[in-house]
Amino acid sequence: MSDYQAMQAELTGAIDAATDLDALEALRVAALGKAGSITGLLKTLGGLTPEERQVVGPQIHSLREGVTAALAARKAALEGAALEAKLANERLDMTLPADASPRGSVHPVSQVMDELAEIFADMGFAVATGPEIEDDWHNFTALNIPETHPARAMHDTFYFPEVGEGAAQRMLLRTHTSPVQIRTMMEKAPPIRIIAPGRVYRSDSDATHTPMFHQVEGLVIDRGIHMGHLKYTLETFLKAYFETDDIVLRLRPSYFPFTEPSAEVDVGYKQEKGRRIVGGNGDDDGHAWMELLGSGMVNRRVIANCGLDPDEWQGFAFGVGVDRLAMLKYGMDDLRAFFDGDLRWLAHYGFGALSVPTLSGGISA
Amino acid sequence: MKITLDWLREHLDGDFTVADVVATLNRIGHEVEGVENPAEKLAGFRVARVLTAEKHPQADKLQVLTVEAGPEINAGAPLTVVCGAPNARAGLVGVLGLPGAVVPVNGMELKVAAVRGVESNGMMCSTRELELGDDHDGIIELPADAPVGTAFADYAGANDPVVDISITPNRQDCMGVRGIARDLAAAGLGKLKPLTVPSIDGQGAPATEIATLAPDACPAFYGRTIAGVDNKVATPEWMRRRLEAIGQRSISALVDISNYVMFDLGRPSHIYDRAKLTGALVARRATDGETVTALNGKDYTLAGDMTVIADDSGVHDIAGIMGGEHSGCSETTTDVLVEIAYFTPERIALTGQALALTSDARSRFERGVDPAFLDDATEIVTQLILDICGGTPSAMTRAGEPPLTTRTVDYDPALSATLGGIAIEPVRQRAVLESLGFGVTEASPWQIAVPSWRRDVDAAPDIVEEVTRITGFDAIESVALPRADGVAKPTATPEQSLERRLRRAAAAAGYHEAVTWSFVSDREAAPFGGGAWSLANPISEDLKVMRPSLLPGLLAAAQRNQNRGADSIRLFEIGRRYLSDAEHPTLCVVMAGSKSERGWQAGKAQPFTAYDAKAAALALLDAAGAPTERLQVMEPVADAGIWHPGQAATLRLGPKAVLAEFGALHPSLARHYDVDGAVMAVQIFLDAIPAKRASGPARSAFTPPALQAVRRDFAFLAPEALAAGDLVRAVKGADKALIVDARLFDRFAGQGVPDGQVSLAVEVVLQPAEKSFAEAELKVIADKVVAAAAKVGAVLRG
Repeated sequence: MSDYQAMQAELTGAIDAATDLDALEALRVAALGKAGSITGLLKTLGGLTPEERQVVGPQIHSLREGVTAALAARKAALEGAALEAKLANERLDMTLPADASPRGSVHPVSQVMDELAEIFADMGFAVATGPEIEDDWHNFTALNIPETHPARAMHDTFYFPEVGEGAAQRMLLRTHTSPVQIRTMMEKAPPIRIIAPGRVYRSDSDATHTPMFHQVEGLVIDRGIHMGHLKYTLETFLKAYFETDDIVLRLRPSYFPFTEPSAEVDVGYKQEKGRRIVGGNGDDDGHAWMELLGSGMVNRRVIANCGLDPDEWQGFAFGVGVDRLAMLKYGMDDLRAFFDGDLRWLAHYGFGALSVPTLSGGISA
Repeated sequence: MKITLDWLREHLDGDFTVADVVATLNRIGHEVEGVENPAEKLAGFRVARVLTAEKHPQADKLQVLTVEAGPEINAGAPLTVVCGAPNARAGLVGVLGLPGAVVPVNGMELKVAAVRGVESNGMMCSTRELELGDDHDGIIELPADAPVGTAFADYAGANDPVVDISITPNRQDCMGVRGIARDLAAAGLGKLKPLTVPSIDGQGAPATEIATLAPDACPAFYGRTIAGVDNKVATPEWMRRRLEAIGQRSISALVDISNYVMFDLGRPSHIYDRAKLTGALVARRATDGETVTALNGKDYTLAGDMTVIADDSGVHDIAGIMGGEHSGCSETTTDVLVEIAYFTPERIALTGQALALTSDARSRFERGVDPAFLDDATEIVTQLILDICGGTPSAMTRAGEPPLTTRTVDYDPALSATLGGIAIEPVRQRAVLESLGFGVTEASPWQIAVPSWRRDVDAAPDIVEEVTRITGFDAIESVALPRADGVAKPTATPEQSLERRLRRAAAAAGYHEAVTWSFVSDREAAPFGGGAWSLANPISEDLKVMRPSLLPGLLAAAQRNQNRGADSIRLFEIGRRYLSDAEHPTLCVVMAGSKSERGWQAGKAQPFTAYDAKAAALALLDAAGAPTERLQVMEPVADAGIWHPGQAATLRLGPKAVLAEFGALHPSLARHYDVDGAVMAVQIFLDAIPAKRASGPARSAFTPPALQAVRRDFAFLAPEALAAGDLVRAVKGADKALIVDARLFDRFAGQGVPDGQVSLAVEVVLQPAEKSFAEAELKVIADKVVAAAAKVGAVLRG
């Protein structure tokens, strides 16, 4: 072993044994500082012959590089250890609670309306709206319910005070979304496919009725439309909405002044753990029928009242309660809770902001 | 409308069960609301004879009976029964409830049990216990020849199911048992029996003259008088039983007859006691203010557009709706006048609505009774009176004429498929129509003669409904709606898209969507200047005024939540405000209670501040696509008392277009709605947000600047009254080309800042274009900033 090698071994030994950065720095200065031992050796090179320099020079340079590398390695090791020691003191109790972001929700009625819009958009139905404070003509007369019609008694209507002689007709709160049919037919040229969701009002309040609730109306006006198209549309809609192909409908003849023929539509269901589960044939064991929709072929008089030719245009209309649809699908059992604004109820039955119903992602959130 | 199976068989021949009737009714458009068989309540009760009656050895008031209840019970051997009724005695035939039977009046199940040490094998029953009457003085006493051992329900004729049917308003013809029978027969359930119409050989003119002086309201008034009737006789058992089964109280023979014909044939009539009449009886217009006491005991004040039946002394009947108390039949009635009239339906409806008076007669007349069924009805009512009460009839008088026009409808049988969705053979359609009473002439198109009792049928779709409903809607096959080519097109209008985006944005920001009533109380609407729309017939004072703001509903919800212990309330609603001009779509947010709970980091719970409301307003407007960078913060719209006078503002595009209001609510307003603590709110007026111009999906061209932006800070001293927003706006406007942003990052008053002044520090962001700024250029911009600030009263801090 040359002297240089011995020196390197000695220095690296000391470096590796250094316990802190100050000691390491002292070693560096002692070896590589201006007056350092290796610096001193390097200075001797100038006084050597070229031949000697050829022999000794590389040895001293090797010594210097070896010591420099040892210093860097030890420095990195000591710094790493110091950081670890520092971090060890920064330990946090990660079980402590973090600040929560408030979580909001979308009301089930809005969510279901979005679902309906999505389903019906696929069948080519646009969403139409109309005023809730309606006139008598749009809510009743145009729908073939003249003032003396007994069917008016079926609508517990909220009226506004009668206005003076010669003033416009009496205003009321719409009892159904059907006036939107009238407004749409008067504004748009057929063919027409719309749904019209919204608030409706009946002077009725008990355990299962609220004076305000939500309905969705459907209207198709085209050429050659018949009851078969109505049945298909309702089946297709309910299958998509309840996400089951096992939807069985029972159409029963009924009467609405604005449709002829008219049908009430029952859907088969079964009772499971106190809840109604829509699906199956109502006549099967363990199943029953429940009335869900009113529907029919739009009455010729209604079409004519809107300025269309009933010999050319015919179509169907239907109406269904949105709150009811929500209850059947999502399992709420109390209609009154829909309108209470109870944060606990909203948090439980409401929907996340990002649960947007889409055809590709699914109608149900 | 209720019918009984036995009553139905009066008109319908055939072998059918009540289940067949129910299924068929539902199928053809008469929804069955319920079926009840009174016999089910009487199961286990039998006709029984008391053989012996001995005093109970342990009780003075009880007897020990031996009772025979037929060969099926106890192998014909007598049963021991303990009985407390005073009339229990040997030889009495009564009703025995056997062990297992449930006593209708109290739901108690009978058991074999010892009564004071004597085993009793059942109970002898009173009328009241079986819910057949009120008598509880003793046990039922049946005629001695009542067949012992027979089920009491059979003996009493109670084994007759009652079917409750919801008759739709268009089907007056089915407001009588016969009309329902006709529909059932058309649907193949049995065969309609012919209606027997007697021919009365009346003698002489009626003793009371009748006339109609209001032919538009009462086009026909038929009638006859009958002398010497006996109204003390009991209503025949079969008639009383049927009326009671459908819920009609038996009153007297004459009244029961009139009611029976109404429920049997859908034909109301009225029977007057002639002793109470003075002079001729006429149908006429009421005079304004005329009064009558109706059979329900209430007084009604009539108007000139109403029709009455009156004599020389006054009104005896609100025509077609309800008879008068004065001339009604009583036990002492001996001479009567039978009225069979036809009233114009629309007038009956208006009068009934105006008087708020409903009756079985009104519901039939206002739907239009069969105008061809006056003669026959008169004869049928008369015959029943003669059969039951006796008497001598006069000839029939016919005043006026009913509106008898036969309607004919053009009909193409192909419509059953092209409208009704069911292809039905023409021959079958014809058979259905004829069985319903329609006349069919197979011309092109078919000529369908509508029967007089089907006022509802006047167009081809009505005929389609008849043939398809009798065929059954089950036969309708689904047919796909034609589908447009390609992918479904978007359908939402810009307004709908806006609402949907805002709803999700608000929910994402932590607010819960509520749906509150569209109507509020006067008190709730008052702070908003009251409502423009008040209901004439509200369901309660709380739900009366169409809301002028969404705040009352949300504040009420906040208050309910506080009562339930909620400490942080974030609610929003998207709905309409109902103003005098229109319905305005609005988003309202309410924040009450604490913004964050107390925590180990922040310490105390943090309250909401007006700046939370501002942040929400801006974030929501941004989600709505409103140009938030151009919005100006201005004073609230002057609704004194709504907002905290110093902590609220509006966001406007120009002075007129108010897009939103936000801030702290006035504490007195929160108190008005009983909400505790400070309440922050936001109202966004959706119809004020400018619609985005439709420019296609492409964005404007953009390349990020190559050079880095430069930031410079400026600190100003300004009067406290200077709105920071004005300073920032001025600074930002100092060089519109180079200054891309200005943001206030510090506001300080106190040590080192003169009284009445405030230090405002603004960070200005400068964006170099082609080359970096030279110091001289920066100096020029800084001078512009300082000059602009000076214009609004702010001085650069030295």
